[in-house]
Amino acid sequence: MDFELLTNILFATLRTGTPLILIALGEMVCEKSGVLNLGQEGMVLMGAALGFIAAVVTGHAGLGIIAAILAGMMMSVLFAFLAVTLVSNQVATGLALTIFGTGLSGFLGAGYVGMAIEGIAPFPIPFLSDIPVIGKVLFSHDPLVYFSWLMFGLIFWCFRSTRLGLTIRAVGENPEAANAIGIPVMKVRYGAILFGGAMAGLAGAYLSLVYTPMWSEGMAAGRGWIALALVVFASWKAERILLGAYLFGAASIMHLVLQGLGFEASPNLLAMLPYGATIIVLVVIASDAAKAKLNTPLALGQPYRPQV
Amino acid sequence: MLNFTLEKRPSDSKTMSYLSPIFAIVLTLVSGGLLFTLLGKDPFHALYTFFILPLTDIYGWTELAVKVAPLTLCAMGLMLCFKAKIWNIGAEGQFILGGLGGGYIALELMNAEGFWVLPLVLLFGALSGLLWAALTALLKTRFGANEILTTIMLNYIALNWLLYSVHGPLKDPDGFNFPESALFSEFATLPVLSDDYRLNISIFFALFAVAAIWALMSKTLLGFQISVLGEDKAAARFAGFKAERLTWFALLTCGALAGLAGVSEVTGSIGQLNPYISPGYGYAAIIVVFLGRMHPVGILFASMLLALTYLGGEMAQMDLALPKSLTGLFQGMLLFYLLACDLLISYRIVRKPSARLTSSSSSNSAQA
Repeated sequence: MDFELLTNILFATLRTGTPLILIALGEMVCEKSGVLNLGQEGMVLMGAALGFIAAVVTGHAGLGIIAAILAGMMMSVLFAFLAVTLVSNQVATGLALTIFGTGLSGFLGAGYVGMAIEGIAPFPIPFLSDIPVIGKVLFSHDPLVYFSWLMFGLIFWCFRSTRLGLTIRAVGENPEAANAIGIPVMKVRYGAILFGGAMAGLAGAYLSLVYTPMWSEGMAAGRGWIALALVVFASWKAERILLGAYLFGAASIMHLVLQGLGFEASPNLLAMLPYGATIIVLVVIASDAAKAKLNTPLALGQPYRPQV
Repeated sequence: MLNFTLEKRPSDSKTMSYLSPIFAIVLTLVSGGLLFTLLGKDPFHALYTFFILPLTDIYGWTELAVKVAPLTLCAMGLMLCFKAKIWNIGAEGQFILGGLGGGYIALELMNAEGFWVLPLVLLFGALSGLLWAALTALLKTRFGANEILTTIMLNYIALNWLLYSVHGPLKDPDGFNFPESALFSEFATLPVLSDDYRLNISIFFALFAVAAIWALMSKTLLGFQISVLGEDKAAARFAGFKAERLTWFALLTCGALAGLAGVSEVTGSIGQLNPYISPGYGYAAIIVVFLGRMHPVGILFASMLLALTYLGGEMAQMDLALPKSLTGLFQGMLLFYLLACDLLISYRIVRKPSARLTSSSSSNSAQA
């Protein structure tokens, strides 16, 4: 394999992993607060659709990103209202959010299929991007890739050494106790869910404005679900999400690798790889059930209402 | 701010569990009307076009039945799984595999003549769906992998497998390079009930499944064990029920039913393999199960409503020039409202005594 190919593959791996990092980090924060939101796929699709529409209508990709974040947050408010305020079953509500988001995004985006826009341009970091190989692989990306690293750093720091991180964890481990010491459990959960929604919306914008600047129905192609598996795989640790997302990114661009090596393979068969990889990962996680249990937020998926 | 609060009912309200779907349907219609108004359409005319117009002639009702059949078959299987609290989201993939497996045999037997061809094709379809579900059962019972995620991943893999097949090995050599298989022979095609309509005998498969699953759940020990497993895992273990075996049974049955739905679709109203053999029946069937209150008869009615959303979407596209994806939007709204209304099953809404009192008592009553 020649050197340039390797550089390109690493570059593409980072790009492909970025939406997964955004979604998974958001979902991790949400799950740390004890809420399992299976609606990621729906929120990502809404972000992708509205981000694209806003970019087309206003002509500014930057406004598209803001619209996508808002779309993700609006979807997550719906989820929060049902799952937190109305204490509905989180699994069913998350599924509903995905089905609803898939439908709504398809409906809203129907008039925009096939349109082309100028996506968000790469922003090579001065000087750093001139370093051979590393410059191309790490520092010649679009701004959202750098932003995903920033968010990783913030979240890592938040759960390692801030009061906020501790508060979120307390709510996710034992909402009764958190409530007893005066933590507003519902508010914290709302906040965590909203954050997850914003990140999922942003990931959607990444897909429709950067990765492939266009809109097509269902374009998230299961990334929301893969990110959910990623959170479990990472045992709710930000650094492992980063690693996992890039591993998945690599699996998703196997066609580049194979083409580079001169193999011909059906794109549909290769498209199965990330899904197959997810199943393998799920099996590996489950094989160490005791450890998985140790890391799972204790109150994950359990609705909670302070007694009135 | 909010003058109302939720109070847990002493026991779940049976009335509410039946009323909730009706509330949800009404709310969906109201929201739909608002949406149409926003889109600049006359809401009453638009709702009429979406929900009534498709059913104003016999053709419409037969088309409804064409869509009720796959939805009901998938939903009956899913019901078994959901009853046992197995979150099988994989009916979509099992449906696709059923179509693919059965379609493969139908293409292999292209030149075979005889009435044994169709049963064989159907059997293979059901078996393909069953084997696809067996993967999930294996991953869950042997490795403990979360079935929500494995089934969704298997759905995507199944879809890509179908795409690969119709773009590659199963593509019609005389098909002008379209991603479609050849048309199946008449011996591998489901008979229609009348030459004027597309309705075929798959509706009887669905009705039979309703009767069979109903009998299973209400008359047999196996059905009882499945319910107990879902309601109280510890009790089921204490009673000596074999959780693993029940899981296998529920998943395999669902796979076979969804597979049958898939093969009936390709040998019925489609007649060949193409990339669009499922308009999301496997996902819509999840809504059907919840809306139908996990009861076979309720599911049959819920299937009719969801089938209507497909017809309504097509009608809205033709008559109102609105995108067909309206279908997915209505389906999503329906499920959302249903979950919200289901809250009334175990909670009632009461007036808050007073804001001050509540805030002080809520901080004191933390330890239950």
